[in-house]
Amino acid sequence: MNIWEEAFIRKAQYNSRRHFLKKCTSGLGALALSSLMGCGEQPTGAKVSPGLAGKGPHFAPKAKSVIFLHMAGGPSHLELFDFKPTLQELHGKATPKSLMEGKEFAFLKGTPKLLGPQARFARHGQSGAYVSDYMPEFAQMVDEVSLLKAMHTNEFNHAPAQLFMHTGSPRLGKPSIGAWSVYGLGSENKDLPGYVVLTSGGGAISAGKSAWGSGFLPTVYQGVQCRSEGDPVLFLSNPKSIDAPLRKKSIEAINRINQMEYEQSMDPEILTRISQYELAFRMQSSVPETMNINDEPEYIHQMYGTSPGKASFANNCLLARRLVEKGVRFIQLFDNRWDTHGVGAGNGVGEGMRRSCKAIDQPIAALLKDLKQRGLLEETLVVWGGEFGRTPMMEARTGEGFDGRDHHLEAFTMWMAGAGVQKGKVHGVTDEIGYYGIEGRTHVHDLQATILERLGFDHEQLTYEFQGRNFRLTDVHGKVIREILS
Amino acid sequence: MKSRNLLFVLPILALAIYWSWPKDDLVSYNRDIRPIVNNKCISCHGGVKQSGGFSLLFESEAKMATESGKPAIVPGDAGASEMVKRLSHHDPEMRMPLGKEPLSDQEIELIKKWINQGAIWEKHWAYIPPDGDIVPPSLPEEVDANNKIDHFIFSKLKEMELRPNPEASREILLRRLALDITGIPPSLEDYASFKEDDSPDAYEKVVDQLLDSPHFGEKWAAFWMDLARYADSKGYEKDLHREIWKYRDWLIEAFNDDMPYDAFSIAQIAGDLLPNAGEKDLLATAFHRNTMANDEGGTNDEEFRVAAVMERVGTTFEVWQGTTMACVQCHSHPYDPIRHEDFYKSMAFFNNTRDKDLYNEQPKVFTYEPAEKEKVKKLLSWVNDRLQPENKLNAVSDEFLHQQKEELLYRLGHRRVEAEEFQDKSRFIELVAHDQASIWQVQDSSWIMFEQVDLAEVEAISLKYASLTGARVEIRLDSMLGEKIGAGVFEVTGKGFPGNRPEQWKTLHIPIKPVNGKRDVFYYFKKDRIFAQDLVRVDWLYYHEKSAAKDRYPVAVQQKLDELLTVNPIQTPILRDLPANKSRQTRIFERGDWRSTGKEVEAGIPEIMGSISEPDPDRMDLARWLVSEENPLTARVMVNRIWEQLFGFGIVESMEDFGSQGIPPTHPELLDYLAVTFREDLNWSMKSLIKMIVMSSSYRQSSLSSDEKLNKDPYNKYLSRGSRTRLPAETIRDQALALSGLLNKKLYGPSVMPYQPENIISFGGRFWFESEGPDKYRRAVYTYWKRTHPYPSMVTFDSPSREVCTSRRVRTNTPLQSLVLLNDPVYVEAASAWAQRILEESGKDIKGGIQKNLQLVTAKPPEQEKVDVLHQLYEESLAYYKKEGKDLDSNPQLAAMRLVSNAMLNLDEFITRR
Repeated sequence: MNIWEEAFIRKAQYNSRRHFLKKCTSGLGALALSSLMGCGEQPTGAKVSPGLAGKGPHFAPKAKSVIFLHMAGGPSHLELFDFKPTLQELHGKATPKSLMEGKEFAFLKGTPKLLGPQARFARHGQSGAYVSDYMPEFAQMVDEVSLLKAMHTNEFNHAPAQLFMHTGSPRLGKPSIGAWSVYGLGSENKDLPGYVVLTSGGGAISAGKSAWGSGFLPTVYQGVQCRSEGDPVLFLSNPKSIDAPLRKKSIEAINRINQMEYEQSMDPEILTRISQYELAFRMQSSVPETMNINDEPEYIHQMYGTSPGKASFANNCLLARRLVEKGVRFIQLFDNRWDTHGVGAGNGVGEGMRRSCKAIDQPIAALLKDLKQRGLLEETLVVWGGEFGRTPMMEARTGEGFDGRDHHLEAFTMWMAGAGVQKGKVHGVTDEIGYYGIEGRTHVHDLQATILERLGFDHEQLTYEFQGRNFRLTDVHGKVIREILS
Repeated sequence: MKSRNLLFVLPILALAIYWSWPKDDLVSYNRDIRPIVNNKCISCHGGVKQSGGFSLLFESEAKMATESGKPAIVPGDAGASEMVKRLSHHDPEMRMPLGKEPLSDQEIELIKKWINQGAIWEKHWAYIPPDGDIVPPSLPEEVDANNKIDHFIFSKLKEMELRPNPEASREILLRRLALDITGIPPSLEDYASFKEDDSPDAYEKVVDQLLDSPHFGEKWAAFWMDLARYADSKGYEKDLHREIWKYRDWLIEAFNDDMPYDAFSIAQIAGDLLPNAGEKDLLATAFHRNTMANDEGGTNDEEFRVAAVMERVGTTFEVWQGTTMACVQCHSHPYDPIRHEDFYKSMAFFNNTRDKDLYNEQPKVFTYEPAEKEKVKKLLSWVNDRLQPENKLNAVSDEFLHQQKEELLYRLGHRRVEAEEFQDKSRFIELVAHDQASIWQVQDSSWIMFEQVDLAEVEAISLKYASLTGARVEIRLDSMLGEKIGAGVFEVTGKGFPGNRPEQWKTLHIPIKPVNGKRDVFYYFKKDRIFAQDLVRVDWLYYHEKSAAKDRYPVAVQQKLDELLTVNPIQTPILRDLPANKSRQTRIFERGDWRSTGKEVEAGIPEIMGSISEPDPDRMDLARWLVSEENPLTARVMVNRIWEQLFGFGIVESMEDFGSQGIPPTHPELLDYLAVTFREDLNWSMKSLIKMIVMSSSYRQSSLSSDEKLNKDPYNKYLSRGSRTRLPAETIRDQALALSGLLNKKLYGPSVMPYQPENIISFGGRFWFESEGPDKYRRAVYTYWKRTHPYPSMVTFDSPSREVCTSRRVRTNTPLQSLVLLNDPVYVEAASAWAQRILEESGKDIKGGIQKNLQLVTAKPPEQEKVDVLHQLYEESLAYYKKEGKDLDSNPQLAAMRLVSNAMLNLDEFITRR
C-alpha cells in the first residue's frame, strides 16, 4: 500500500463513518464505496459498525448470496405443484357462489366455470412431493427444496403485485429486497456491483425498473441490470475510437488532475471520485468477462441448455451461478412469460404453459445441481415464484377453449432452496380446489422476512429513516417461516 | 417570543410559577425536555403506540390519567407524578425505558424540575411562527460583511473559533453564479470581461444580468419539477404518454417573471378557483395532475383516484410545510402532534376534484401553440363575421380559443366528439396505447358514457370505427340499461391492425328516436354468443341535427368549419371541482385502507398548525392559509429550499421534514430572519431572495478547505468556506453541450428525446423516438421524462424518477457516473465537437488550444501542470493512433484531441460547482 492509498483509506474511513452517523448526504458516495467494495478487503475500520441499526448483519448469516428467480406474470400453481383431484372432478362446473362473493378479480365476471388441472401429476423423490409433468427435470431436484404451497399476497394486478413481492409495498418508491440486502451487507467483490438483475422472456416486466430500485435508499444500492445482448452494463464499452490502453491512459490523466485539485481544495469527495474511476475501469474488463459464458465447458452448456450471445433464461441461470462465484450479493432473474389468461391459442395453462416451462425447467434443475456440485448451495439461497397465482376458475375472456386462468392472490406456490433451508419439505396446504390456504399460510412479507433472516438480519431491525419514520422491507408485518429452516 | 406564545397555553398556576422562577433557571421543554422525550420515550409513548395509555405527543394526553389511573405528569408536583417514579424505579421490570439503559440522574433531575416548575409545554419550534423582530448578531471584528446574512453566519463561525475564507477569485465566482442562477457556464469572453470590469458594482451587475436571463427559469424550474413529480408519462404498468409539458413551461415562465411565491403557490393549488381564472391559472393547477394514473387493464379507477388524492395531500404538506403526512394516513403521527383524523380533514380539500383516474385525463384545458392559435383565431373570426346574429359569438377573444371554437361548431350543428373524451366508462374500455386517440373494447359488454348531451335536435348519431370481429352497439339513455334510442351493427373492417393501427375505418350511421333536452348517453358495445377480446375501435362520434345551422351557410363557410376541426389543441390535465350537488363526502380510512371507511370529516388543517377561519373552507382557502402571515412554515420551508439550491445543504438539512424528527436548523435565527424578510420585505420575490443570498460574503467565499476547517466543520454546514458540491444532473448535461458548442438554447415547447441506448424497451414496447436535428441538443429540463424508464444518464446522477414528490436529491458518487461521462454517446459526441473546435481554433498551437479551453472547466486560467498532463495525453495518444492504434480512427489528430476533451468532461472541476 503506498502512502497515497493509505491516506485515501484513512479519509474514506473518516468520511463514511462520520457521514453515516450524521445522515449527511454528500458522503453517501464514500459510505457506499466502503460497503459496496470488498468489505473483507479493507481495514475493519472502513466498515460501518454492525452495532448501528440497519448496518451489518444482526447474527451469523446462512446465505452469502441470493438468487431470486421471478416468473413475471404469475405462473399457475395448479399446473405445477398444487395437485387438486377434486378440481379435476369439478371441471366445467359453475363455481360455487361462496367463493366469488366479495372477491376482486382483474378480468373474471359473472359465474365462471372451474377448470381442472391441465398437467399430469406424480410424486417425486424421497419427499414424495407432487410435481407436474411440465417440470420433469426439476422434479428430479425436488428433494433439494422447501415448497411453500399456501403463499398469499395482497395485490391482484401485475405491477403492484410485483412491487409488493420485491419492495414490500404495492406503491412505487420503496427499496427492493436486493437494495436492502446490499445496504445491509455490502458486496464481496470489488470489481462488480453488489446487486445484479437479468431479464428474459421478452419485453419489460410490469413494475419496470422499480422492482429493483433503491427507493429512498441511496442510488448506489439499486440493482444494476446486466444484459446478455449489447453492452452488459449501460455505457460500459468504450467508444469505437478508444481502446483499453487509451482508456487507461485517459483515466490516469483524469485522476492525476483530480489529485492536483484535491491537494488544493482538500475536498474528500475527490478521493472517492478517483477510486470510482479506477473501479469503472476495472468493471470494463470484469463485467464482460463475467458475462461472457463462452469459456464454460461444453458439458455445462448442455446441462443448462445455454446458447451464448442470446438473452435467454438458461443463459441467465448460468450467469447467476457465475455471479455467485464472484461474490455478488443479490442476483435477480425476471422471466416474463407467465400471464396465462388464455386470451388466445398458446396463452393458457395448457400447451402454452407447458412450452413456457420447457424454457425454465432444465436451467433451474441445472442451476441447483451446479451450485450443489460446487458446494455453493450451502451458502446460496435460491428463491422461485411469481407475484401471485392463478384462479381455479376458467377465464373465458375470449371464448372457451383456451384454458386460461385469472390472477389469484389467495393461494400460490413458491419454493426456496439452499442456505440451510430444509430439503424436501412441503409447507402449507390449500383447500380442495387450490383456492385458499387452509394450513401453513405464508404471506409475501413472511417470505421477505425469511430471506432477510438467511442473510443474517432481523427484518424488524433492518430499517432506514425516511420522511420522519423508520421504514423496513416488511412494513409492520412479516414472520420468519421457521418451519422450513433447519 | 417564548413568553408571548406561552400565554395562550399556560394554566394560571403554571403561569404563576413561571413568573416567580428566576429566568435562567427555567427548564425549557423544547431545549431540555423534548430531546430526552424524542430519544428515549416517544417510540412507545407516541402516536403509534401509547403503552400504558400514556402518550407524550399532545399536552392534553400527557397530563391525563393513564391506564393505571395515576396521572403520569402532575404539573407542579414531581413527587406525585408517576412518570418520575417509573423513571427511577428500583425494579427493572417497572423502570422506564423498559429493557433499556435508565435515564441519567441529570436527565431525571431535569424532568423533575420541569414538572415542579409547572410542566410547561412548548410547541415544536417549527409550529411557532418566526419572530419578526430578530436582530442580527453583531459582526466579529476583522471580518467584512456584505449583508445581514453574514452577521449570522460569521458570528456562528466565531463561536466555533473559525474564520471565513476570503472571497473566491473573480472567475470562480462568475462560474459559480452562472451555474447556480442559469445553469449555463460562462464563455471565455464572459470571464475576460468580468475580470476587466473594475467598477465597484461589477459583481452586482453580473448577478442582475443572470437573474434577467430567460435561462434562469429553466434552471430553477428543475428543482420544483422534482417537488411537482413532473413527468411526461402516467406511471404504473402501462406508463402511457401524458401531455402536460405546458405546466413545465408555465413553471419556467413563472420563475422568469419572478412571480411572487404567494401567487405562485395559490395558482398551483387553486388557480381554477381564482375569480375569472384564465388559461394560465388553469395550467398552473396541473401541478396536482402530475400524480400517477393507472391504465392497466382491470384496475379499479376509484382505488387509483383515491390514491392520487391522498398523494396530493402528502405532496402539498411536504412541498409547502416540510411536514411528512404519509404516515398519518394509517395512524396518528408517531412523532409529531398530528392526528390520524387530520390527514382526512386535509384530504377533504382535495377530494372534490372531477378527475377520477380516467384514461382521457379529464378535466383538461385546451390551448394552442402560437402559430396554431393565430390560425384558429383567424378562421374563427372569418366564420363569425359571416354568421347570422343568432349563431354569432359576441367576439373572438384570445383566451380559451378552443372553447369558443367548440361553442361555435356546436351552435352551427357541426358536432363531432372524440370517442376517448367520454365522462365515464365500464371496466373493459381502454385507449389504444400508441396515441390514445381512439377507444377499444378489451372485453364484451362494455360501455362509454357522455354526460348531458343535448339531443333535442339530433336525429342520428354516427361512429367512425374499425373492427376485426364485427359487433353491435346500443345507444341508451341515463344508464347502461336505460331506454334504448338506437342500435347499429359494426361490420368487419379488416383482418388485423398492423402496429395496432387499423388501416381502414368505416362510419356507422344510426338513426335515433326523438329525445327532449340534455341526457346522459350510454354506448353499450356487445357481441352475440362468442366473446371477443377486441370488438371494435371507435375514433369519434357525430351528432346529426335535423336541420343543422351550418347547412344554411355557403360552402366556403362549411369548408372553414372543417378546417377548424383539423387543428389539434394541446391538452393539459387540470384541477376542476365537482358541482356542489355532486360533491363527495370524505371519510376516514381505517389504517389507510380505502375500502374500510370510518366517520365523515369536514375539510380542515391539522390542529397543531392553527385553523382556517372561513366556514366550509375549500382548496382556495387552504392555498391562502398556506401563504398567510399566520402560517409558521411556508416561508421557512421555501427559504430553506432556495438556500439548499445555492449552498448544497439546507439550513434545515432534512428539507422534507421540519418536524421533531427532522434535523434541527444549523442557524435557527437566520432561517427565521430570512423567512420574515422573504415574506415582508421582499414581498415573496424569489429573485430578490436569491440575489440577497448570492450578494452575501458567505456565498462569495473561496471553497478551499483546510485541516482545521475539515475538523471543525467537516461538511461545511456552517459555511466556513464557499460551498463545493457536485452539480445536479441537468447542469452536467447542459454544461457539456454548452462547452462543446452543441447546446440549443431554444426555450419552451414539447419534451424532446435525445439519444439513449436503443435496446431499452418498456412495457408497451418501443417508446423512444429520437428527436432529429437541434432538438437533440436542448437543455436537460426539456428531456422527455418517462417514469418507468427515466433518462438513464440523468438517473445515474441522482435525478429521482419523479414518481412521487422529492424534496432533496441525495448526491452519490459512483462508478456508473464515470461510465456515463466517459462513454455515453451524448458525452462522446460533445467531446468530438469540442475537439474539432479546439483543433480548428488553435492550428499548430495544440498546447495553447488545450490551455485556453481547459479554462472553460477550471474557470481560472488553468495551472501549467494540469495543462501538461492533458498535453502529454494528447501527444502520447496521437503517437498511439498513428502506430498501434491506427485502425481505431482515420483522423489521429481529432481522435487524440477527442480523448483530451473527453478527459476534460470527466474532471472533478467539471462536475463540481466550486
